[in-house]
Amino acid sequence: MNRWPALFLPLFLFLFLLPVAASAQNIPKLVPDVSQRQIDIQSGFTGAEMLVFGAIIYPRGVAPQGQVDVAVVLRGPARSVTLREKQKIAGIWVNADSTDFRSVPAYYAIASSRPLDQIVSSKTAAIYELGLDRLQLSPSGEVDAAEQRRFVDGLVDLNRRNGLFRQESGTVEITDQVLYRARLNIPSSVPVGVYTAETLLIRDGRVIVADDNVQVRIRKTGFEQLVTILAQDYALFYGAMAVLVSLLLGWFAGFIFNRMG
Amino acid sequence: MDIYLPIANLSVNALVIILLGGGVGVLSGMFGVGGGFLTTPLLIFYGIPPAVAAASASTQVTGASVSGVFAHMKRGGVDFQMGAVLVVGGVFGAAAGAVIFEILESLGQIDTVINILYVIMLGSIGGLMAKESLASVRAVRSGKPVAAAKRRHHPLVASLPMRWRFYRSGLYISPLAPLILGFITGIMTMLLGVGGGFIMVPAMLYLLGMGAQVVVGTSLFQILFVTMASTMMHSLTTKAVDIVLAVFLLIGSVTGAQIGARLAQRMRPEYLRLFLASIVLLVAVRMALGLGWRPDEIYTLQAL
Repeated sequence: MNRWPALFLPLFLFLFLLPVAASAQNIPKLVPDVSQRQIDIQSGFTGAEMLVFGAIIYPRGVAPQGQVDVAVVLRGPARSVTLREKQKIAGIWVNADSTDFRSVPAYYAIASSRPLDQIVSSKTAAIYELGLDRLQLSPSGEVDAAEQRRFVDGLVDLNRRNGLFRQESGTVEITDQVLYRARLNIPSSVPVGVYTAETLLIRDGRVIVADDNVQVRIRKTGFEQLVTILAQDYALFYGAMAVLVSLLLGWFAGFIFNRMG
Repeated sequence: MDIYLPIANLSVNALVIILLGGGVGVLSGMFGVGGGFLTTPLLIFYGIPPAVAAASASTQVTGASVSGVFAHMKRGGVDFQMGAVLVVGGVFGAAAGAVIFEILESLGQIDTVINILYVIMLGSIGGLMAKESLASVRAVRSGKPVAAAKRRHHPLVASLPMRWRFYRSGLYISPLAPLILGFITGIMTMLLGVGGGFIMVPAMLYLLGMGAQVVVGTSLFQILFVTMASTMMHSLTTKAVDIVLAVFLLIGSVTGAQIGARLAQRMRPEYLRLFLASIVLLVAVRMALGLGWRPDEIYTLQAL
């Protein structure tokens, strides 16, 4: 009885592992990178432009026939938010309805070499969350699908106009089917955290390979970091500082102008 | 010149903030008001989150009022006893305001309440001021002096129990009256980022019946301490005080205040009051329209 596994093993290897190895050889490899692994928010910070670039390494070094497409995604940490909706009640606009979302990326930018709906099927787009209308935001509380859709659209639209959600097509440049590059804009209001840059190689409507191993750290540094830490963790001290600075500036200005007459 | 605000988490033009502070400073120097009632709405129009705008504006008012308090103290224009009662009321008011702020924020109604309070407050105060100053302008034009209103406290104040003597103010009234007044303005300071001078001064004159020579100084004294308290409260609760924003506002406003004080000496007081009244009414109308107009953003996000 013990001989059975010994007999089956070569067969098993032949039947299953070989095709896997062969297809692994046929799958291109992505070598992605970004222009900055770390973005520092300092006093002059007005936003940043990030270059996401890389190379596609094909098996045996031969690019395939036909067109390949690339999409790059830069995504911020997910967080829970409440979205409130204003309605006109008794003549004034007030927050009337609200819904919670459990995983809204703090930032989401996608760039692709051609419009997304031309390069991937809607099923693939849904699986890989490609595009602003495909984000999985995990809304909760709303049962009505139409109402949920309205809130999702509202959330995406709000973030898009704030510059925190973006979708651009035709902005990924591909050179000789091998090198790709895309510029993504990051606004000054970007939340801090660890961001993930993902590159997807797309062909014939399918994602052939995806790589999301590149991380970007966005953080406040120096004075801005100090102020944030003080305000968050040493609130009493920070408040006293704010009062003191305000008193001193006010007193000092009065003193100067009195001297000037 | 762009500057990143570490608490508001966005980048603004420092020059705009300084000019904004300066413009408000000129007005506050001219009229002896803190100017918070203009700073907060203007900051919100500029895109600063309402909580940060209110919190930082109250920090700015502290700095804007400090030299005024010293000036009035030198002239003996501060009733410290009355001021202390007002401050105690104000600090409790700021604490109550902090609780109200938190409740309204969790309900998502803080912006609407701030707006409505502004409309009611500025509308009524501005209306009263306009009426009063128009009457005095007309009186000056016709050459007839207005009969000075008889200084007397409101019957409601007289009905309160327990009386104290406030020598400087020339009053023998219940300390509950200024305590309540301080409490109400304390709530306003916390919610709206205003010092409350433009409520305090008329209330001191017409409700408490205080002597005019100590009204402005005592009001400034109260504002100084209550805005300090509300800065502390905001730091501890909403964590919305942006010290960078406050400093840039202050640079503008302390300079503007000095210019305003010099301008004021060249203008007729009744026209000055009419001018202030029209600015106050203008802000009130703008905010009232803002409530009725379809806002640019129907949706707002709040992190959980």
